[in-house]
Amino acid sequence: MGCSIAGVIDGNGSLFSGDEIIRSIQKMFLRANGLGGGFAGYGIYPENKNDFCFHVIYKDDKSKDITDAILKLDFDVVKSEPIPTKSIKEIINRPILWRYFLQVSDSAKRQFYDLTEEEIVMRVVMKINSGSYGSFIISSGKNMGIFKGVGYASEIGRFFRLEEYSGYCWIAHDRFPTNTPGWWAGAHPFGLLNFSLVHNGEISSYGINKRYLEEFGYQLPLRTDSEAILYLFDLLLRKHSLPLEIAYKILCPPLWHDIDIMPAPAREFYKKLRVVYSGALINGPSAIIVADGKRMCGFTDRIKLRPLIHAACGSKHYLASEECAIREICPVPDELSFVKSGELTVCGIKGKIK
Amino acid sequence: MKRMLYSPDYLVTRDPEKCIQCEVCVRQCAFNAHTYDAEKHRVDTDCSKCVGCFRCVYMCPTGALSVSEFSGRMANSANWTDKQLKELYKQAETGGVLLTGMGTDKKYKIIWDHILLDAAQVTNPSIDPLREPMELRTYLGGKPLSIEVKENKRKVSLPGADISGRFSITTELPQQLELKTPILFSAMSYGAISFNASKALASAAEECGIYYNTGEGGLHKDLYRYSKNTIVQVASGRFGVDTEYLNSCAAVEIKIGQGAKPGIGGHLPGEKVTDEISMARMIPKGTDALSPAPHHDIYSIEDLSQLIYAIKEATEYKKPVSVKIAAVHNVAAIASGIVRAGADIVAIDGIRGGTGAAPTRTRDNVGIPIELAISAVDTRMREEGIRNRASIIAAGGFRNSADVVKAIALGADAVYIGTAALISMGCHLCQKCYTGKCNWGIATQDPYLVKRLNSEIACRRLVNLILAWSLEIKEIMGGMGINSIESLRGNRLRLRGFDLHENELKILGIKPAGESL
Ligand code: SF4
Ligand code: SF4
Repeated sequence: MGCSIAGVIDGNGSLFSGDEIIRSIQKMFLRANGLGGGFAGYGIYPENKNDFCFHVIYKDDKSKDITDAILKLDFDVVKSEPIPTKSIKEIINRPILWRYFLQVSDSAKRQFYDLTEEEIVMRVVMKINSGSYGSFIISSGKNMGIFKGVGYASEIGRFFRLEEYSGYCWIAHDRFPTNTPGWWAGAHPFGLLNFSLVHNGEISSYGINKRYLEEFGYQLPLRTDSEAILYLFDLLLRKHSLPLEIAYKILCPPLWHDIDIMPAPAREFYKKLRVVYSGALINGPSAIIVADGKRMCGFTDRIKLRPLIHAACGSKHYLASEECAIREICPVPDELSFVKSGELTVCGIKGKIK
Repeated sequence: MKRMLYSPDYLVTRDPEKCIQCEVCVRQCAFNAHTYDAEKHRVDTDCSKCVGCFRCVYMCPTGALSVSEFSGRMANSANWTDKQLKELYKQAETGGVLLTGMGTDKKYKIIWDHILLDAAQVTNPSIDPLREPMELRTYLGGKPLSIEVKENKRKVSLPGADISGRFSITTELPQQLELKTPILFSAMSYGAISFNASKALASAAEECGIYYNTGEGGLHKDLYRYSKNTIVQVASGRFGVDTEYLNSCAAVEIKIGQGAKPGIGGHLPGEKVTDEISMARMIPKGTDALSPAPHHDIYSIEDLSQLIYAIKEATEYKKPVSVKIAAVHNVAAIASGIVRAGADIVAIDGIRGGTGAAPTRTRDNVGIPIELAISAVDTRMREEGIRNRASIIAAGGFRNSADVVKAIALGADAVYIGTAALISMGCHLCQKCYTGKCNWGIATQDPYLVKRLNSEIACRRLVNLILAWSLEIKEIMGGMGINSIESLRGNRLRLRGFDLHENELKILGIKPAGESL
């Protein structure tokens, strides 16, 4: 047992309702304990698809006032509104949930002329999340958003009225927390820019992954290993411009005894990865789904201590901790298989995003 | 018998019932504690000469001898201990600097014993190292911060083709030292230790897939065959350093200082400079081998940088260059300077580091514990974003595999062991290495004593030690749910401090026991 994770993507980029992912994750409720659940949806804000969308959790009005002021320093606010929710009796003590559509302001672009817009966004996210303002930016990408909180995932989904949104990719998580107490910002998915990640497991290498990331300016205020994995992806893909397949091999490299018997070029290749990126290796039981708006990927730790299943049906791809979660929304898939340890399952978008 | 003002350190007791007057003890004790009186046909013992090396106890065929601490106290004072008094009497007699060997025996708090390790329970399964792979392989040397890749033109398009066919990494990796387990043998020079001891270390390093360090005494011609597992040292005396020496190794280490005697040079007395040693050190036979306190061409960090690059030029950038320093108060800043000066490895030797000879006062009072030094250096290098540029080797009194695990979790890449290695060969820590009379054949050049150490047997014992520690490290890692040493390295969250002061916890970067994530 442990948490459950699930994800669906339409390879043609066609939109479908969030209801599907709610039903999928709900099927695995036995793996959760009601202390945290959440979703990430891509393609859900077509009208504002060029704006950075921030979903923010506030403790109180004061934390919102401070954050509003900080955001205005670097951004032009296109839209600012509460995230729509509806009353669900199981969801109690909801914090203030707000969303912004933002453009990096011209003055910020001038001031940080050597940073990309993404880096300016990351700076602000790090600043707000690690400052003790009582505010947490839970997602910060374009045309995507993360919805999460304390409760079972299915309740959280209905609370956020996800069935009213349409997206081409959804990932979800239902939580059985063991390392940190259940709190709204601590639920999955974790997101930074377009990236979002759900994770079932616990990383025994967290202590060094965290310190490694801090060397590159990341701050990890949420005290969870899943956040560290997300930032590792961000570091490798965005800052070091590595392809996803290589980033994955850095996080979950082959074992030395496998590397040793590879032909010389491959041996050199993996040796370099392991030697240079030793601080990024993740150790410990994990099944992970990540999405970045262009694709959804799934993988497990090197010795596969957590389950993950992949299925495909037409243009749709599914990933889930258990087969039942896939069969719930796709009773007869064209193909269905277990994700192998050491393999990255990539489900990409082929067509143009609708 | 010479009249002395102080009591002996040890009491040697001979059971007259068991003693058969065979004179084994007489021959075994190089300190001449045992003598044979032919007239009386009696073996006698002068306890005041005994250094407590236990050689005679183990060699006596009838088990007639025992050695214990001399229990009579001179002054009943906590301040003026017998040890203090004896040192005062000795200095009053000789007017000299007190000398000693091995690491400090002072009762400093051993921080290792106040650090506790974590284990996995339920949520994160522990791993059985007997069933699952457990990786200890370690690479020492400078590493780039990131890599660049390019997509290959001719793609390998076989289904399931490995990504290493699709991409090439254009970044070059500087030369690395590959270790099967994160342990190396510390610098111990031929001269300070015997040829047989050196050979045992070299051959054990080869067998274990690790490295030994020549120390500053040059390289004996018979040890060139172990060059793949050799780190050669360049110290202030520059003994035995020539191009061949620099190229007969896997890495070169510049020795600035050592934990047992920070700021102090070395002195090998002329009588120990035998034919063989004179050849290895490239100095005339019988002359004193003096290592000045500083390198006479290094008076600043720029000078060090020049020497690092001079060595790199001489070795065509094919050998990692290490710089060894004693852990002194400002160790973090110094280490950072060393990395920026171009070193690929910084070796840090803590206050408990051993030596063949050192002034007692320096050995016992100068420097800081290695535990704090590792943390300070690792933290500093990470803060400055230069941790990848050099590896950290920690040294100074590692007693067992748990110490090693803790050192790595604090941030070291590997550890040097010296004293522990000597003990595994038979050393009994009598601290008399500087006399050259080591009864165990280790810290001596006396051919009669040297042959007591069989280098093959000593090698076997060293290999066993490394094997045993490696197994224990795997066991502990498995318990933590970690199957690769890189996930332990610098992972201070898996450590907790027990009975440590808040400031110590802060410098170590660990939480107190009982506090969770
Ligand atoms: S010095 Fe060693 S060999 Fe000599 S008497 Fe003492 S214990 Fe025995
Ligand atoms: S090496 Fe020899 S002289 Fe030195 S402490 Fe060990 S037993 Fe004594």
